[in-house]
Amino acid sequence: MALFENLTTRLSRTVDTLRGRGRITEENVSDSLREVRMALLEADVALPVVKAFIERVKQKALGAEVTASLSPGQAFVGILHKELVTLMKGDRERFELRAQPPVVILLAGLQGAGKTTTAGKLARWLIEQKKRVLLVSTDIRRPAAVLQLQRLAEQVGAGIFPTDVKQSPAVIAREALEAARKGVYDALIVDTAGRLHVDTELMEEVKQIERAVETHERLFVIDAMAGQDAVNSARAFGAALDLTGVILTKADGDARGGAALSVREVTGKPIVMVGMGEKLEALEPFDAERMAGRILGMGDVVALVEQVQKQVDVDEAQKLAKKVAKGKGFDLVDLKSQLEQLQKMGGVAALVDKLPQAALKGGAMPPDQGEKEVRRQIAIINSMTKKERRNPAVLDGSRRRRIAAGAGVQVQDVNKLMKQFMEMQKVMKSFSGGKFKRMMQAFKGGMPPGFPGPR
Amino acid sequence: MADAKQPSFIARMRAKLNRPGSWLSYDLANLVPGRKIDAEVLDELETRLLTADVGVEATTQILDELRKKVARNELDDVDKLIAALTDAITAILLPTQQPLNINTHKPFVLLVVGVNGSGKTTTIGKLARRFADERKQVMLAAGDTFRAAAIEQLGVWADRAGADIIQQQAGADPGAVVFDAVTAARSRKADVVIIDTAGRLHSQSHLMDELKKVRRVIQRVEPSAPHEVLLVLDANQGQNALTQALQFHEAVGVTGLVLTKLDGTAKGGIVIAIARRLKLPIRFIGLGEQADDFGEFDARAFAGALVSGNSLSAG
Repeated sequence: MALFENLTTRLSRTVDTLRGRGRITEENVSDSLREVRMALLEADVALPVVKAFIERVKQKALGAEVTASLSPGQAFVGILHKELVTLMKGDRERFELRAQPPVVILLAGLQGAGKTTTAGKLARWLIEQKKRVLLVSTDIRRPAAVLQLQRLAEQVGAGIFPTDVKQSPAVIAREALEAARKGVYDALIVDTAGRLHVDTELMEEVKQIERAVETHERLFVIDAMAGQDAVNSARAFGAALDLTGVILTKADGDARGGAALSVREVTGKPIVMVGMGEKLEALEPFDAERMAGRILGMGDVVALVEQVQKQVDVDEAQKLAKKVAKGKGFDLVDLKSQLEQLQKMGGVAALVDKLPQAALKGGAMPPDQGEKEVRRQIAIINSMTKKERRNPAVLDGSRRRRIAAGAGVQVQDVNKLMKQFMEMQKVMKSFSGGKFKRMMQAFKGGMPPGFPGPR
Repeated sequence: MADAKQPSFIARMRAKLNRPGSWLSYDLANLVPGRKIDAEVLDELETRLLTADVGVEATTQILDELRKKVARNELDDVDKLIAALTDAITAILLPTQQPLNINTHKPFVLLVVGVNGSGKTTTIGKLARRFADERKQVMLAAGDTFRAAAIEQLGVWADRAGADIIQQQAGADPGAVVFDAVTAARSRKADVVIIDTAGRLHSQSHLMDELKKVRRVIQRVEPSAPHEVLLVLDANQGQNALTQALQFHEAVGVTGLVLTKLDGTAKGGIVIAIARRLKLPIRFIGLGEQADDFGEFDARAFAGALVSGNSLSAG
């Protein structure tokens, strides 16, 4: 969790440093790129992949037109996200199942990546599509590996080819293919022993299995929690097997899953499926958008930006911008209008849901509390006279007591609101016209410090 | 690498960790053909540590220390830089170098936990063998009742080590298996009982609750137990391993780590980050599938092997 927070805080900060600047330049983006580099490394994206990715993002970002409604920071995040999605998106959706049956699917990878479990899940997924599936284990090393696959086959209703552990894996696979043909199966899934990519003997073995059965799909199975070395194993398996795709396992955890990006980049092959849990039905098609957001650890920032743009009352914002630009003071009427806008956007909780949790740490309050706070603050302002709202300076102790009673709060709550209001007023004063207008247009997704809501 | 007839575990570790060449010093030496150590060299070093999964925080700490030394002109060539790097890593890892002693209780109850596929069952097989070689009476408990054929897999290891195994049918309550096992270990006067558990992701709270329950069941039979909670970590894992360690520790009080699968090209640098944060003892490391590819953790040797294959004597 802690790492996740570091990552997101860093990226949030990165975007902050870009905010309030007119366009993305080499100069103002370089700091951010360094942060993004670190963030991607912490997400376990392999270093060479990070370098290539950063370079690409930089080129895109420098050339990007920043639309009027977005701050450069938001535009930058958009580019980052889009680039990640593009990189990870496959050129095809699922499997090639139109080949002459039986379609042969080979699963390979390191020890403990989840090949056998994935074989069971994949069989279940194919059976669901009315395919007849035969499973075979060529793992003659790991104790009970054959039995494990047999049990899985029973659970999902697939056929199982009985493995003779005295035979060589290639022979086992070939005999299984014969059985699959005779039994008129639609698909044969060949599970293999876990092996290290540096073990030349075992890498040769998996090549022999592949040659023995003429596979249609050669899938590299990799743990979503894998680190920097994923790039090395992926490259070696890719070289040995001419992979057709990748399956990412154990993605239901909280790993950022940067390995997905590394493997995609190094093998050039699409991630076709993702293992999302311990149940056999927990196998899902890969979603590049979701994975990109996850690697960035940014929550659904894109959706947030869209929502804010859609729902901020532009007229209202313009009015306030003009008013402040003209040198007229920011008063409690304006504050109320801002608070109401915050409520309109589906409430604080809905916004918070879309934000990376870390961005909210330190400073902001929990979402439901924030929601209450906004309601209370509006109630306080509602208990004021028009004069008081326009000219908050008149609020003395006796007026504050009256307002507190009217809003059903403590005097301290009124004092707190006034203190925050004063801070906000100070901030508003410091803005000159153009700068402020731009800020209001982007809405910045929040309020000055001390106020509830996303930062 | 020297082709000694019986290479020591440390020598094998060095050989394996540095395959195909010394990952760090090789490029570094190329980068610094006898020139002074400058920012570029240190940046390269930073890159290398990050590539070994050491993580940003730990890398920054190590680099800061090296930068200070460079600023004080204490380091002026690559050899000194590498020695200093080894020292820095050793300094972080040294507090974690605490061998496991199973003679403190009888039966010594050892609970093995970790995420799916980290190598728990294989580790248990190797531990069973190791303890059996020390003439201990070993009992295994098949607490992974979830994964298909996990019980049978453990059974094979029990046979190989000549250990007893306590098991129930697949799908049984792991708490019940553990209750049986600890009770049996007491009545049969076993020296050590090693409890296997199903792999679980630390983020699945219901599975972590199940693990807490297993721990409570152990305590009900034997209040002083478990005497060791071993978290098995895969060296191939990245920064998430730190989160794993934190979460498992919070749930069941991890008392030791095992780092597996160091025989690939993964460096397992995440243990440095874990050592910094949690200071949990690293009990064993695994270098391969053979029973003797498993040994006690030696901080200096590990750091030395990680940094350079030949600049350190077999210590």
